[in-house]
Amino acid sequence: MDTVVVSVTIFVLAIFVGFEVITKVPPTLHTPLMSGSNAISGITIVGALLSAGTQHTTLTTILGFAAVVFAMINVVGGFLVTDRMLKMFRRKH
Amino acid sequence: MSALINLAYLLSAALFIFGLKGLSHPRTAVRGNLLGATGMLIAIVVTLLNRQIIDYKLIVAGLVVGSAIGAVLALKVRMTAMPQMVALLNGFGGAASALVAGAALVETMLAQQGAPVDMLVATGASGLIGGVTFWGSLVAFAKLEEIVSGAPVLFKGQHLLNGVLLAAALVACGLIVYEPANTNWYWILVAIASVLGVLVTIPIGGADMPVVISLLNSYSGLAAAATGFVLTNNMLIIAGSLVGASGIILTAIMCKAMNRSLANVLFGGVGAVAPSAAASADAVYAGKIKAASAEEIAMVLENARRVVIVPGYGLAVSQAQHSLRQLADLLEARGAEVVYGIHPVAGRMPGHMNVLLAEAEVPYEKLLEMEQVNALLPQTDVAIVIGANDVVNPVARTDPNSPIAGMPIIDVDKAHTVVVVKRSLSPGFAGIPNPLFAADNTLMFFSDGKKAVGDLIQAVKEL
Repeated sequence: MDTVVVSVTIFVLAIFVGFEVITKVPPTLHTPLMSGSNAISGITIVGALLSAGTQHTTLTTILGFAAVVFAMINVVGGFLVTDRMLKMFRRKH
Repeated sequence: MSALINLAYLLSAALFIFGLKGLSHPRTAVRGNLLGATGMLIAIVVTLLNRQIIDYKLIVAGLVVGSAIGAVLALKVRMTAMPQMVALLNGFGGAASALVAGAALVETMLAQQGAPVDMLVATGASGLIGGVTFWGSLVAFAKLEEIVSGAPVLFKGQHLLNGVLLAAALVACGLIVYEPANTNWYWILVAIASVLGVLVTIPIGGADMPVVISLLNSYSGLAAAATGFVLTNNMLIIAGSLVGASGIILTAIMCKAMNRSLANVLFGGVGAVAPSAAASADAVYAGKIKAASAEEIAMVLENARRVVIVPGYGLAVSQAQHSLRQLADLLEARGAEVVYGIHPVAGRMPGHMNVLLAEAEVPYEKLLEMEQVNALLPQTDVAIVIGANDVVNPVARTDPNSPIAGMPIIDVDKAHTVVVVKRSLSPGFAGIPNPLFAADNTLMFFSDGKKAVGDLIQAVKEL
């Protein structure tokens, strides 16, 4: 099967999984959901690391480096701030 | 090796899904977030093992710089500023995706392999969505941080200009596919997308920011998914589409909570012109407002069995959430049941008010959704509205010509007594008077939120 068809299949199925999982998140946790899913969208880091490290040209290396910085802010900032918020919800009295 | 890497990526994707599943309850949410972070760590480590990587110096530098900035942002940010933080992170995600897609295009052209059409289309999508997300998020950030005015910026021919820019962006996408060797087309596309990102966000007013942030959240995911198509990396596609779906669901919830279509939010520019209805404020309020003192309100609270607190963003602005919890503790100690009714658009982003109250150590069980609390209100002795206005305006139910007609509201007017804490009778975002303030069962407590709650605590203690 053509690679692109496989990719589109995965894309569509993942959106269905996303809808199923996300609709079960209660409104109380919608802000942590946004910051947490934000961190997940930092997954672009995977492509950024390869561009920064393979050194095809100076241009691609610089683009890769900038992308690593942006994506890493997203990943670390997103997961950390989500953790900070969620711990507030877990506190017991 | 490649099979092993891809299996590790599959594990990461599964951990992301388990992580989001964990968010279905506050008890499991912290663990869920950790699972997601673990998935990310696995994906990063496995990628670093790739043999194509010949130099780690820049990678390490980028990882250290990005982690440091991210950590400082995450640990320093105030909970009231969470919408700005999420807007910024949305933007960075979009930027990273656009940069990676650009680098991939340049690399492919250098290798002179010739690129398949689908990869080029995905590259265009990534540049377009990424550029719009980055600049749109920066504008949203500036508006929320009040670096620029939160008021909608409207000018003649705005929609036409945006339409022309979108068409130009699509032409640039076409040129990327037609002449991929000329990578300048990609950067021209990103430039057009950047201008478009700014122009589509400036007409959106402060009250609509929850929708915009949700939408940009979705875009940052879709940009990552598009980059996944560029790199033929299934994990990127899965992770990106999960985030895309999440943002779309939140956008829909926010639109529903305001009874407006997405198109109306994006193109309407509500709040730009004061509705003519504002002129009738005198007719609504004249001679009917009952201002009460803290002592009088304390006497009403004295015998209350059930108290519902309805907070709005004004509560957070005056930093009254901690004293509010003390007041609730006090009332509970006197035998009352105290719950909070949270309107979906009570804060500046979905779920924002819940985070602000959780920070003040209000247990999440007491944070009720609009539907739940509306069922309780007819059997409620006192409803305390603090810092909220449009979301408790009964006009939404009664006047089909009102700008908020049909918007679901919290029916505090059905409670036995309503106490409204507010500085003045000034209108909310919708710019219309609120007949609730003039209702027979409403007591107005004109004061700053934090001071008002402090005075109430004092008065209740003295009962």
